This record gives sequence, structure tokens and C-alpha cells, in this order.
Amino acid sequence: MDTKFFPQTAEMLRFLPEIILTIAGTLLLVMEGFKKEKDSRSLISTLTAVAIAAAMYGTVVAYQNPGLAFSNMLISDGYAAFFRLVVLGVGLLTVFSSTAYLEREKANSGEFYVLILFSLAGQCLMAAANELIMVFIGLEVSSIASYILAGYLRDDKRGNEAALKYFLLGSFATAFLLYGVAWVYGMTGSTNLMEIRAAIGRGVPSMTMVSAAAGLMLVGFAFKISAAPFQGWAPDVYQGAPSPVSGFLSAGPKAVAFAVMIRVFQTAFDAISPKWEPVLWIIALVTMTIGNFAALWQNNIKRLLGYSSIAHAGYVLVAVTTHSTTGTAAAMFYLAAYGLMNYGAFAIVTHVAGDGEHRVTLDDMKGLAQREPAVAALLTVFLLSLIGVPLTAGFFGKFYIFKAAIDSNLVWLTALGLLNSAVAAYYYLRILVVMYMHDPESTEHVSAIPGGLKLTMWVTAAATLVLGVFPGLVLDFATQFAALNK
Amino acid sequence: MNLLDLLLAAPLVGFLITLALPKENKSLIKMFTLVFSLGVFAASLLLIGPTLERPSVMTSVTDTLWIATPAIRYHIGLDGVSIWLVLLSTFLTPISILLSFKYIDHRVKEFFAFLLLLEFGLIGVFIALDLFLFYVFWEVCLVPMYFLIGIWGHDRRIYAAVKFFIYTMVGSVLMLAAFLYIYGKAGTFDYPALLLMLESGRLSFGPVEEALLFLAFFLAFAIKVPLFPLHTWLPDAHVEAPTAGSVMLAAVMLKMGTYGILRFCLPMFPNAAANNADWIVALAIIGIIYGALVALVQPNMKKLVAYSSVSHLGFVVLGLFSGNQWGLDGAVYVMLAHGISTGALFMLVGFLYERQHSLEIKDYGGVATPAPWLSTVFLVTTLASIGMPLLNNFVGEFLVLQGAAKANIYWAVFAATGVILSACYMLWMYQRTFYGETPDEVRHHMYDLHSREWACILPLLALMIWMGVYAQSFLPSIGASNKAILERTQPTRTAEVVNHGH
Repeated sequence: MDTKFFPQTAEMLRFLPEIILTIAGTLLLVMEGFKKEKDSRSLISTLTAVAIAAAMYGTVVAYQNPGLAFSNMLISDGYAAFFRLVVLGVGLLTVFSSTAYLEREKANSGEFYVLILFSLAGQCLMAAANELIMVFIGLEVSSIASYILAGYLRDDKRGNEAALKYFLLGSFATAFLLYGVAWVYGMTGSTNLMEIRAAIGRGVPSMTMVSAAAGLMLVGFAFKISAAPFQGWAPDVYQGAPSPVSGFLSAGPKAVAFAVMIRVFQTAFDAISPKWEPVLWIIALVTMTIGNFAALWQNNIKRLLGYSSIAHAGYVLVAVTTHSTTGTAAAMFYLAAYGLMNYGAFAIVTHVAGDGEHRVTLDDMKGLAQREPAVAALLTVFLLSLIGVPLTAGFFGKFYIFKAAIDSNLVWLTALGLLNSAVAAYYYLRILVVMYMHDPESTEHVSAIPGGLKLTMWVTAAATLVLGVFPGLVLDFATQFAALNK
Repeated sequence: MNLLDLLLAAPLVGFLITLALPKENKSLIKMFTLVFSLGVFAASLLLIGPTLERPSVMTSVTDTLWIATPAIRYHIGLDGVSIWLVLLSTFLTPISILLSFKYIDHRVKEFFAFLLLLEFGLIGVFIALDLFLFYVFWEVCLVPMYFLIGIWGHDRRIYAAVKFFIYTMVGSVLMLAAFLYIYGKAGTFDYPALLLMLESGRLSFGPVEEALLFLAFFLAFAIKVPLFPLHTWLPDAHVEAPTAGSVMLAAVMLKMGTYGILRFCLPMFPNAAANNADWIVALAIIGIIYGALVALVQPNMKKLVAYSSVSHLGFVVLGLFSGNQWGLDGAVYVMLAHGISTGALFMLVGFLYERQHSLEIKDYGGVATPAPWLSTVFLVTTLASIGMPLLNNFVGEFLVLQGAAKANIYWAVFAATGVILSACYMLWMYQRTFYGETPDEVRHHMYDLHSREWACILPLLALMIWMGVYAQSFLPSIGASNKAILERTQPTRTAEVVNHGH
């Protein structure tokens, strides 16, 4: 290994998105200190959006300079680029939909945007991590910012509860992960994914210990992706957090946690796949079943989407269970599609919930189709996509996952998963029912949708439909890079 | 790009245009959708000529790649069976629109837009030649019907709409699993390609494999048909749906299931179809008799007609699984005839409802006195429905019974009781509704058919008579297509016939 006093330029380029995000975040934090109370905050949100767009460009640059960086701690490949773009996209949507929201909730301060940037930096780092310590650092950077974001509305009791719950359980889960990393290091003498793989190939003192370490790490990941039996936090947090943040948490950090999990298990722990595949099989089935059946009884939309996100994590786990390139590509497609449709749904909730987010029950959606036909139509697109009706992105997401599962001979898991998605149709339909088939209860005047939020809704809906007709736009890219560097 | 592509795209375009129209201008929306759907119907008539030239093969074919991985093709075409089902859809859509001019006054734009979206899905289902494409259209049909029932239906509409959606969804996800499994083995969703591979032996299924795949397909279709005991969604959906919804549901959507059996189950899994024919036919016959008996005791007209559909569709399934030309021809003919006569029945019941706002038979009586023409038209439709010779259903049911008798005489014997029972329940309903004393209530509300109603019902009456008197217009092309389908099931069929020593 040739170490130089300064990192090489190529290495810096491979790390460009994180550099941009960190510098921008720090600058904005400083800038915020010089602002006066009464100054408009729209400048800072614009700058944040620009920074995220720059980080997207940085991702492209990193993608064009593929390879390892910083003593093999990072890897810039298409897979990393894909997830970096997904999380940055979600971040951009969050910024667009938050400005007016924070205004409305009288909590418009620059820290919010700074936290988003730091969280994104952590997520990007996770996407490109090639090393367990990097995974841990990325996870912590992303999580700590997320904990604060979840409780961003300081005076809101539910928000505080959500943040505290998220923080305590999250820290606990991360401890498991870290403990697993320590064991892996003890067994293999390395934290580098490729070296771990090589070490396991050469033979380790105890395979049982390696499997146990993988199990400990699985606990940490399962928490982050809200997989059973560590899913309990998700509905509480999604319900309590500000809606734009709930959308952010359900899309970005989750996608990237899956990305890391897939990378770790298919690279470092590839050799012990007969041990983890059956475990994931069970977790996948239990996760989607719990998520779907619990969602059936929910009356709070945010909570319902929380349970639904558990169910969707179950579907993605089916793809991970296949342990195949097509499965990985399917998971990538699904996570991108899920990010779009679920963020869209949360954007609508942000609007419908109104001041103080008081209107978040199903009853509050009564007659939405007559009060605000366009909003109802957009939510219909997202819900149909979440159900998995053809010509939406969600349909192809499920389709690719279950196709990969069939290819890997997981016929029963496929059948049970598909039946699960039929159950799921019921609770999404309940929302459609109240929107379209009940008359509005009050003749409250309709508040205008702020521009940024409107943009978010329309962009996510358009993308959901476009991917529903031309899934190749994303899938081809995912397929190309689903084979991980081993 | 040929006429069929345009025909498929047109309702979707119409749907989008309707959405863009101003919602306050109700008459513009109504007129636009009516004229547009009439245009679509006229275009579909142009397809008859080319299709009937060679009804046994697919014509008007377009076949291009839609999605590269997995290979999904936009592959559509018409043969001698699907052309009539497409025509049934394009024919009944403008009628359903015209039918709803007065009845629908609430959220007008959405209603008429959904009817066009439904037409798009229906045409797609009947012309798709790629399994995946078929699935897409199959699901597309679900959404507008769900809204039609759920928004404009009667009191228990939401329950009915959700039940309808979930039932269909459960069946279709298993069908999707089967599609994926086939793709895993064959590497294609393309239906003609799959048939060629099956024929040449490049693709073959083990007995258990074939049976499971057959069942996965069959369950989805049987729910849609609906075959006893999966029929329970149907009476709810029909009773709660607005008239136009009932008409489209009964006349066209139920045929999606039987069409699926004919198009996919029989040619792709001939052995499994033959092996499972016995219990399926048994269920079909139970459905015929059970549907008729339940119809007999219904106090609600719409429910009565709905259960009569269960009975009629039992004939279709019986014909499909009798495994001979007569049975298949008869099945397709009943599909079309039932579409016309039951569509008309739902429409006429809807006319009565618009007058007196009741679906209960006991609220009527002696309607013939204040509304003679309505009664006459209703009588003709009733007679058509019970299979009176020279009217449309007779031809189909006769062929089905003949085919069933050829396969197994007991099938025909039991099924024939359904014909008798249908005369009982329909005529008894007719008698209680139209004859006897005319209560003041009825006298007060009842009036005879007016011009718009005539415009809706006359084309259907004409077709009932045409299809009953001169079946030769339709049967040769249906027969030619069915022959091609039967030939695929033949090799194994022959073996079975030999075993039975015929």
C-alpha cells in the first residue's frame, strides 16, 4: 500500500459528495449564527438545495472515477453512486417540502437544513463504505442528525417522544452492530469487507463466532430498516416526527441501511450465506406480515404509513434473501421507487395535516377528492403504487423482487409475499375510500399548497408513473451495478 | 401502428381529455364522452372485416419490445373470439354513457372519465398477447370499476367495492406468481412464443407443476367469472353498483374470467385442464342450479339478475371444460349473448329504479298498465335471458348442452335443469312486477320509455334478435378460433378418449 502525505486527487474525487455536503453544512451553520431573527430563511433553504444538487454532481464525478479510496476504506462504484443519488434525491425533496412547513409550524431555523446536510453526508458515506468502521461512522453521523430531526418541533410532545424513542432504541441497536464489528475484527483481524471475506476464505478460528458476529450486525441493520423483531419504533417515530422528516426517514436512511446490509452480507459474509439466508427468509416473511396486519387497524395516516413501511421493508428483504444479482438489482429499484412514492405520500400528508398537524386521521381525509381533487388524485397515484397496481413504479418494484425470488426458487416466499400484498391493498384502499367515497364533513376553506411542496408532489407522482411505464430507466442502471465488487 | 393500436389508445386519450374538461360543464362532459365512445365503436367495426378473413389466426398484430429486462412485449392481436369481446366492450360503453346521462348528476366528470378508462382496460385484456401485458390490463380494469361502485353506488357501496377489489386482487397475485414462474422457465411472457415452445417440447411442465400453474391461473379467472363458491362478491357488487357499472360488470367484466380460461388455461395446460375438468364442471353445474335457486327467492331485482349471472356463467364454464367444439362455441356464444341480455336486464331494472327508487319486487306491480312499452321490452329481454328459441341465449345454451352431452350425458341433464329454473325465476319476477293490480305508488311514478331510453335499449334488442335468428354471422369465426385452440389440447385429449374406449 503506497501511502502519501496527501491523498491523491482521484481519491478526493471519489469522496466528493461527502466533502461538498460537510463543507456546505458547516458553512451554513456558521452563517446561521450571523442571521437575525426576523431575516427570511428562504436563502438558507435555497443554498441547501444548491449544496445537495452540487453533491449530486459530485456523485456523478465520483462515479466517473471508480475505484477504492483512502486505504480501501471507501469504494466508489455504480452501486454507491446509485444509493448516493437516491438519498440525495430524497434530501432534495425534503428541503423543498420543509420550507413552508417550518414556516407554518413556526420553527424555521437554519439548523434544520444543516442537520439534513449532515445526515445526508452520513448516508452517502454509508453507501460508499467498504469497511465496517466507515459503516459505523456513516451510520452514526446519519442517525444522530436524524434523531434531532425527528424531535425538531421542540414543543411537540409526540415529537419529543418520537425522538427519544428513536434515539434510545437506535443507540442500543448500533451498540449491537458495533459489538458485531468487534467480534469480526477479533476473528478475522480486519474490518475491511474484502479482507474479511478473504480471511473467512482462508479459514478462521471459529466459524460459529463469525456467524454470531454476523448475527449481531444483523440486529443493528434490522433495526435501521425496521425489520422484525426490531420494527416497533417505526410507527411511533413516523407518527411523532414532523411529516417531511417522517418521509425523509422512511426513504433515505432506510434505503442506505439496506445498501450497507446487502454490501456487507454479500461481500464479507458471502461464504456463510447458507447460515443467513434462512434467517432472512423468516425475517422477511415475519416483517411483511406484521407490518401489513398491524396497518389494517390504523386510523392515523402517519402511523399507517409507518406500518406500511415495515411491510415494504419485508418485501425488500425478500430481494436480499435471494442473494443474487437480480435480487440486488430488484432491491435497488424498489428502494428508489419506494423513496418516490412514500415521500410523495408524506408530502401530501404534510399538506393535508394542516397547522400543527392536527388533521392526520382517516376521518380528516373525508371527501378530499371533492375539496382538493388534484391532491386526492396524486395521493391515489402513490397509494396505487404502494399497493402495486400496474403502470406504477411500485408495481415493477414488487414485480422485480418476486421475479428474483422465483428465479432463486423461493416459490413459497413469493406466494406468501404476494398474498401479503393483497392484504396490504385493504388498508391503502381505506384511504381511497374516505377520500373518494365519503362526502366532506366540513366546508373549511382549502389552504393553498406552497410551491415547494407542490413541486415535490408533482415530481414524485410523475416519476412514479414514468417508472411504471419505463422501469428500464432505473432498472438498467441497477442491473449493471448490482454485481458487487468482491 | 395499426387500427387496433389506435383503438386501444383512444379510450385512454379520451379519459385524459375528459379529465381536462371543466367540471362545471356537465353537458359538455356527457356529450364529449358519448361522441368519443361512439367514435371508438365505429372504429372497432372496421376491424371486423380483416379479422373475419382469417379468424383462426391473430390479425392486426403489433409486436414490439416494451421493457428489455425482463423481456416484456407490447404484443396485441385479434382472432375470431376476441374481436367479438372487443366489440362487446366498445358497443356497451357508449350505451352505458348514454344510460347515465340523467342518473349521474354528482361528480359527473369523474364518472364518465372512469367509464372510458374501464373501456381502455377491457379492450386491452381481450387483445393482449403477452402474459404480462394481459396482467397489466387485468389490473387496470379493477381501478375504475372500484371507483364506479364505491362512489356512485347505493348504501353499502363501500363494502361492495372493497370486497370486489380484494377478491380480484387475491386471485390476480397468484396468477402473477404463475406468470413469473413460467417466465423463469421459458424466458418470455410472449404468449404465441410460449405456445410454440410448448408445442415443440422446448418448454414442458411436469404433472404437479402443470397442475399448480393451472390452478393459479384458474383461481384468478374463476373468481372473476365467478364460479361457485367464489361468487359471493358478485351480488354485492351488482346490487350496490350504479346501473352503468352493473351493465359493464355483468356484460363485459365477467367475461374476462371465461376469456382467460379459454385463451390461457386450456391451450397452455391441456393435461391439467383435462384432469381437473370433472370437479370444475361439478362446480359449474352447482353454480347453474344454485344460482338459479337463489335467484328464485330474491326479493331484490338486481340481486336476482346477479344470481342469474352466476347461473349463466356456469354454462360458460361447463362449455369450456366439455372439451369439444360445440361446448367451446357455445361457451363463447353464451358469453356474448349473456353480455347483451343481462346488460339489457340491468339497464331495464335501472330504468325502473329511476322511476320509483326501489329495487324491491314487492314495491312494484301492474307496471304493464302505465308503461306498456317498457313492459314489452322487458318481456323480450326476459325471454332472451331464459333461452327462448330465436333469441340470443338459446343458441349458446343449446350448443353448450350439446357439447356437455357429448362429453358426459349427466352433465347435460343436470345443467338443463338450470334452463328450466331460469324460466321460473325470471317469469315469476316478471309476473310480480308487471302484472296484477297497479298500486297507487306505481301509478304515480311510472311512465313509459322515453327517447333516450329507447336509444339505449333498441340496439340491444336488435342484437338479441339478430344473434338468435342468424347465429351464422358470429359462429363461423368463433368456431374457427376455437378449433385452433382445441387442436392444441387435442394430442392429450386423444389419449384420454382412447382410454375411455370411445
